Amino acid sequence: MSGPVGALIYVLLAPLVGGMLGGIDRIVSARMQSRMGPPVLQPFYDVLKLLGKRPTVVNHFQNFYVTCFLVFIIVTGAIFFGGGDILLAIFALTVGAIFLVLAAYAPNSPYSNIGAERELLQMMAYEPMLLITAMGMYVVAGSFNVRDIVRFREGLLGYLPAIFLGFLFVLTIKLRKSPFDLSMSHHAHQELVKGLTTELSGPSLAVVEVAHWYENVFLLGFVYLFFAWLGPVIAVAATFAVYLFEMLIDNVYARLTWKFTVRVSWLAAGLLGGVNLLLVFYMFRGRL
Amino acid sequence: MHTIGFLVLFPLIAALVLAFMGNQVLRTVVVRVSAVLIAVASVWLAWRHLGGPAAFFALECHLLDRALLAGDVVIAAFLLYRCRGIVGKEAYIPVLIVVQLAVTAFAELGGHPAPVKAPLYVDGFSVIMGLIIGIVGSLICVYALAYMRDYHEHHDDIADHRRSFFFTLFLFLSGMFGVVFSNNLAWMFFFWEVTTLCSFLLIGYSRSEEAVRNAFLALGMNTVGSLGFAVAILYQSRFAAAPSLDLNGLVALGPAAALVPAVLISFAGMAKSAQLPFSSWLLGAMVAPTPVSALLHSSTMVKAGVFVVVKFAPVFRGTTVGLGVAMIGGLTFLMASLAAVTQSNAKRVLAYSTVANLGLVVACAGVGTAEAVWAAILLVIFHAVAKGLLFLSVGSIEHRIGSRDIEDMEGLIVTRRGLALVVVIGICGMFLAPFGMLISKWTCLKAFVDATPVLAILLAYGSAPTIFFWSKWMGKVVSVPSGSQRSAGGALSGDEWAALGVLATVTVLTTALFPVISSSAIDPYLRSLFGQGVSVYGANVAIMLVMLGLLVLIPVAFLFHPGKSALTTSYLSGANVGLSTAFTDSMRRPQVVSLRNYYLAGFFSEAAIMKWGAIIAFALILGSFAGLVL
Repeated sequence: MSGPVGALIYVLLAPLVGGMLGGIDRIVSARMQSRMGPPVLQPFYDVLKLLGKRPTVVNHFQNFYVTCFLVFIIVTGAIFFGGGDILLAIFALTVGAIFLVLAAYAPNSPYSNIGAERELLQMMAYEPMLLITAMGMYVVAGSFNVRDIVRFREGLLGYLPAIFLGFLFVLTIKLRKSPFDLSMSHHAHQELVKGLTTELSGPSLAVVEVAHWYENVFLLGFVYLFFAWLGPVIAVAATFAVYLFEMLIDNVYARLTWKFTVRVSWLAAGLLGGVNLLLVFYMFRGRL
Repeated sequence: MHTIGFLVLFPLIAALVLAFMGNQVLRTVVVRVSAVLIAVASVWLAWRHLGGPAAFFALECHLLDRALLAGDVVIAAFLLYRCRGIVGKEAYIPVLIVVQLAVTAFAELGGHPAPVKAPLYVDGFSVIMGLIIGIVGSLICVYALAYMRDYHEHHDDIADHRRSFFFTLFLFLSGMFGVVFSNNLAWMFFFWEVTTLCSFLLIGYSRSEEAVRNAFLALGMNTVGSLGFAVAILYQSRFAAAPSLDLNGLVALGPAAALVPAVLISFAGMAKSAQLPFSSWLLGAMVAPTPVSALLHSSTMVKAGVFVVVKFAPVFRGTTVGLGVAMIGGLTFLMASLAAVTQSNAKRVLAYSTVANLGLVVACAGVGTAEAVWAAILLVIFHAVAKGLLFLSVGSIEHRIGSRDIEDMEGLIVTRRGLALVVVIGICGMFLAPFGMLISKWTCLKAFVDATPVLAILLAYGSAPTIFFWSKWMGKVVSVPSGSQRSAGGALSGDEWAALGVLATVTVLTTALFPVISSSAIDPYLRSLFGQGVSVYGANVAIMLVMLGLLVLIPVAFLFHPGKSALTTSYLSGANVGLSTAFTDSMRRPQVVSLRNYYLAGFFSEAAIMKWGAIIAFALILGSFAGLVL
């Protein structure tokens, strides 16, 4: 797939894939809890219904930030699936995430404010590991460009096993799964109401949902890179298995505090990510 | 040559004129005109020299050498005179001043270095520094006109020393131009001391006990650093294999011959740029009026510090001592970024962020590859512009809302739209893609992972808190408490808007034009040093321009089509009273809503971070010196 085509396919298809994954997630989670769960297309019904509601906001800035959130998440994925620079994709992801945080700050509401603070803490928690993962891929594959990393034929996973584990760790944060769904959660009954999105409703909440679909597909694309050497079919299956694993984690863990989250993610980034990066650098550099 | 002479001497003349000018109207005219002339001259210099090779200017200079040495004596004598004000532990300062002067005199009077034929020079890097000093520095001087008028209205208790204030500002600019255009180490040292002197005077401006103590702290730490510089001059005049004070010649010699002076002078540079363990003086300098902080942080002082360290980068490349220097920078970046998270005082947040970013510059210099130096120079440029803008905005905000606490900036986006906009541009410029600082950080990451991944890991950890503290600040500015109204009074003066507007525009423009800056100034400089340039990011530049375009266009689109959403009040889990400023609690009493950001007190403390940072950095310095001797 050449660059622009990959980016275009992402822009068009990612919401479908992301929405379907969301639907599967809800069914699988329901079965784990001995429930039937909604139809697999439920996320799409939800978004369509939200879009039909009357737009209501606490202040007009919210719509602007939410739009920017969606736009920059799409830019992130487009860079990634267009085969571009993985660091640039991470930076664009940060821009998008910060717009969501601003959307939560704007209404000056207690619950969305706490959500915003916690979202920033989560970003602080996952950022080091995310960057170390990208650097690990660079050291092994010799390039920061996704198109080159995908083509690396020797198997990233073999060189970066600990980095992969560390990445799974922060992936849980990024996918907003328990035990790290501090800033907002799809589970009901919790202390921060809906956190980040407490003050969003109707169409703007729909936009946030769609942006999350885009975001999840991007994140799974990141996972795919570790398996790319196995060929597309197995790699997609492996990526899906990782997603199922995250669902399992989501359902077996209770939520942790932000302090624990930051500490343990930074520890994981150092022990798993940092050590793996240094080992790969000094053992294999020049030979790859 | 003439332009350089103008840039060094004209601010000095302006300073002298201002020293004797008590009339406020005349002062305004002189400052504005001088600022414009200096800025134009620096642009003219850039126009003449950009893209070309380094130019050296020969000068018959034996007398000048002596005159500048006499200048060293005068500065030292003045500082010793001011040292009457020292207390207790500060007794080390006059001792160091005397020692340093003795070392300098001993070196310059007795040594026989080869004469420096061309004591002045211009190359790509010094042109960029010239532009930063000439444009950002002059804008700050113009801004200071309005600021100091308000300052003295707000502070009746502080005596009005504005004549000496503006004298010192322009003297500072002159000294800075001297530092960046001197090819003779002895000359550079003289200008170096001028900047130390100016910072001492400006920090102590209010004459309050706190200001005086912090001024001496700055003087003390910088004198420790200067001693390193003086010893380097001594070494180069008496002990080096080929005694010479030619800066660019020295850099070209490479690590075998130039490592000792490079480390000594970089030591001075690191003290001046407030690297650990010397960071406390820059934090203390926050007591000064805000234009002084802006000047110290953006275009002068600390930039002189990193300038010399980056200048010696090729010498550090691939050496263990260079690694030590880089580790100190990396450590400073991480520790200062963490410390910034704990602060709610806007000026202290800015100060820690300066320390952190300079750490990154020093780390790049220590790595010393072409890519790292490229990143370092871009960092210097973008940081100067964005940080200058942020300090000046905070100054204006403080004079309008009566506080520099970030918590008090809530709702600024409604109450003072213009100021909120420039603050947000400044903050975005400091950490967000696709703005300049992020581009530089990105290149740093690439340069570090190629050279020493440990540094890259430090950078990864350090950039995480950066996102946190900038975003929560931005969040406060954009959050809108219900019922916020646009404030009517307290409009900004023309001088303030001129400075803020130009800096905000330049923040965006440098981002859009960075490939041009790179190819016309930085690339030729790198080619002359390393024989290779750094290719700008190709397709990524286009992507970043698209991102920048989106960040400009989406707000504009919303400005013209604000949408037709219905308004509601926010959810307070109780019945709202009025709009959403208060709610009825379970005891049927109204509770007022007040929101504060997280400062993570109890998770980590500023004092502990800076203490451990200083201890580790001190060990690294000792290690580097030991590595040099062994």
